[in-house]
Amino acid sequence: MDINYFLLMRQEIVLLAIALFLLATEVFVPKNKKESLIHLAILLFAVHTLLGFFFNKTGELFGGMFRTTELIDLFKTILNIAVLLVLLQATDWIKDKVLRDNRGVEFFVLLFSSLLGMYFLVSAGDFLMMYLGIELSTLPVAALAAYEIAKRTSSEAGIKLIFSAALASGITLFGISMIYATNGSIFFDDISTTLEASNLTILGLVLMTAGLGFKISLVPFHFWTADVYEGSPISIASYLSVVSKGAAVFILLILLFSVFDPLMEIWRPMIYTIAVATMFLGNLFALRQQNMKRFLAFSSIAQAGFILLGIIAGTPTGMATVIYFVLIYIFSNLAAFGVVQAIDVKTGKERINDYEGLYRTNPKLSLVMMLALFSLAGIPPVAGFFGKFFLFTAAASEGFYFLVFLGVVNVTISLYYYLLVIRAMFLRKSENPIPYFKSGSYIRIALVLCVLGILALGIYSPVYEYINELSLAF
Amino acid sequence: MIPGVSIYELLTVTSLLFFIGVYGFVTRKNLISILISVELILNAAVINFVVINKYLYPDMLQGAVFGIFIIAVAAAETALAVAIIINLYRQISSVEVEEIETMKH
Repeated sequence: MDINYFLLMRQEIVLLAIALFLLATEVFVPKNKKESLIHLAILLFAVHTLLGFFFNKTGELFGGMFRTTELIDLFKTILNIAVLLVLLQATDWIKDKVLRDNRGVEFFVLLFSSLLGMYFLVSAGDFLMMYLGIELSTLPVAALAAYEIAKRTSSEAGIKLIFSAALASGITLFGISMIYATNGSIFFDDISTTLEASNLTILGLVLMTAGLGFKISLVPFHFWTADVYEGSPISIASYLSVVSKGAAVFILLILLFSVFDPLMEIWRPMIYTIAVATMFLGNLFALRQQNMKRFLAFSSIAQAGFILLGIIAGTPTGMATVIYFVLIYIFSNLAAFGVVQAIDVKTGKERINDYEGLYRTNPKLSLVMMLALFSLAGIPPVAGFFGKFFLFTAAASEGFYFLVFLGVVNVTISLYYYLLVIRAMFLRKSENPIPYFKSGSYIRIALVLCVLGILALGIYSPVYEYINELSLAF
Repeated sequence: MIPGVSIYELLTVTSLLFFIGVYGFVTRKNLISILISVELILNAAVINFVVINKYLYPDMLQGAVFGIFIIAVAAAETALAVAIIINLYRQISSVEVEEIETMKH
C-alpha cells in the first residue's frame, strides 16, 4: 500500500481539505471582512471542479468498499458542476441574509460535507459505504434546510426532511439486511454472483428501492418534496432538486444495472408502475400550484418519472440516456431556480401571479426563464428535447411502447403548465409588476452558464458520445 | 447464539419492531414520539443484521460491523433532529405536529 493508492480518493481528499481550510481561515478573518470568504470558497471550488476533469484513475480501496472508474468520475464531475452553479446562485442570498448572523462559512462547510457524502455514495462498492454516503449526504442538507433559524417554515422544512430521510434510511437498511441474509455478503461484486430470485431477496429489493425513492422523490414517497422545497432557502431547494436527486439516480443505476441485474424481470414491472404514477401525479399536482417553489417541486417530481423511462430500458444505452438527461436537467432546472432566487432575494415575491409583466421590466431574466421552461418541457431547439427524445428511444427499443405513449401524454400536460408561467411573464399585464433590478455578478455568471449549457448540450454531440462510450464500458 | 431460540423467533421480533415503528411514524402526533418510532425502525434493522450474522454466517463479521455503524449514525441523526425540534419549540412553544404545520398542498 503506497501513497499512490490514496490518489484514487483525490476528489474526496481535495473537497475535505477545502472544507477544513475554510473552517480554519474563518478564525483569522475579521468580522467586517467575512465577505471575502465567499469569494475564496467559490474560487477554491471552481478550481476543484476544473481539476475533476483531469488525473482520474481507476481502482479500488479498502478491500473493495470504495471504487472509482472513469464513469464514476464523470458522475462526480456532473455533481461538481451542479454544486458550483448552486453556490454561484446563492451568493446574493448569503450576502443579504446569512453574513449578518456571521454564519457564512458554515453554509459552505455543510454543503461540501453533503457533497462529500454523495462522492462516497456513487463510489460505494458495498452496502455499508452506500449507507454511510446516504447519511452523510442527507444530514447536512437537513441542517441547511433549517438554516434560517428565525423563519418558522424553514424549521418546518428541516424537520420534515430529517424525518422522511430517517424513515427512508431505516427502510433501506431493513431491505439491505434481507439481501445480506440471502447472500451472506454486503459487497456488490459478491452479491451479483450469488443473487437468486427468492421471496426474501425480492422484498429486500423492494424496500431498498423504496428508500432510494425517497431521495429521488418518486411517487409513493414524494410527500416531503413540496413542503421542504417551499420552506427551505431556495439554494437548498435547488440543491435538493438537482444534486441530491442526481446522486440518488446514479446509485440506483449502479445498483439495478450491476447488482440486481439477474432480477431484471422482477424490477422492471416495479419501475414501470412507479414511473407511470410519478409522471402523472407530479404533472397533475403541478397544474394547481400558485407558488413558484412548489411548482418547481412538482415539476421535478414529474422529471424523475421521465428518468425512470431510461432506467427501465436496462441497457447501456438506457444508462447513457439517463446520465445525459440528468446533465441537461441540472442546467435547465438550475436556470429556473436561479431566476426564482434572483427575484426572491431582491423583492421577496415567489408566486406565479407576481411574475405578470416581468418581460416588460426584466426582459433578460424572463428570457432565461423561458429557455429553462422550454428545456424542461422538451421543446425542440433546446437541449431538453434531445434528453427526453433519447430517453423515449431507449425505452421504446426495449419494447415499452405503451409506457412511451404515456410519457408523451405527460410531456403534453407538462407543456400546459410551463406555458402558464410563460404566459404570465410575457402576455399578462400587471398594475404593479416586479420593478427592474440588477442581480449580483455571480448570479449572472451562473445564469449565463446555465443558458450556455441548455443551448450547447443539445447541439454539441461529443458530450453524448463520450457518455455513451463510458456506459458501454460499464 | 441463544440456546433454544431459533432464528425464526428473532426475525419475527424484528419484523414486529419494524412495523410498530412504521405504524408509530404514521399515527403519532408528537415530534418526539415520531423520533422514537424512527429509532425503533433503525433498531429493528440493527438486530436483523446481528442475528443474521450470528445464525447464518458466523465466520464473518460484516453484519455486526454494519450494526455498529448504524448505531453511530442513528445517534447523529437523533441529535440533529432534536436540535431542529428545540429550535422550533423556541418559536412556537409546541412539539405537536398539528400546530407546526403551516404548509399544505
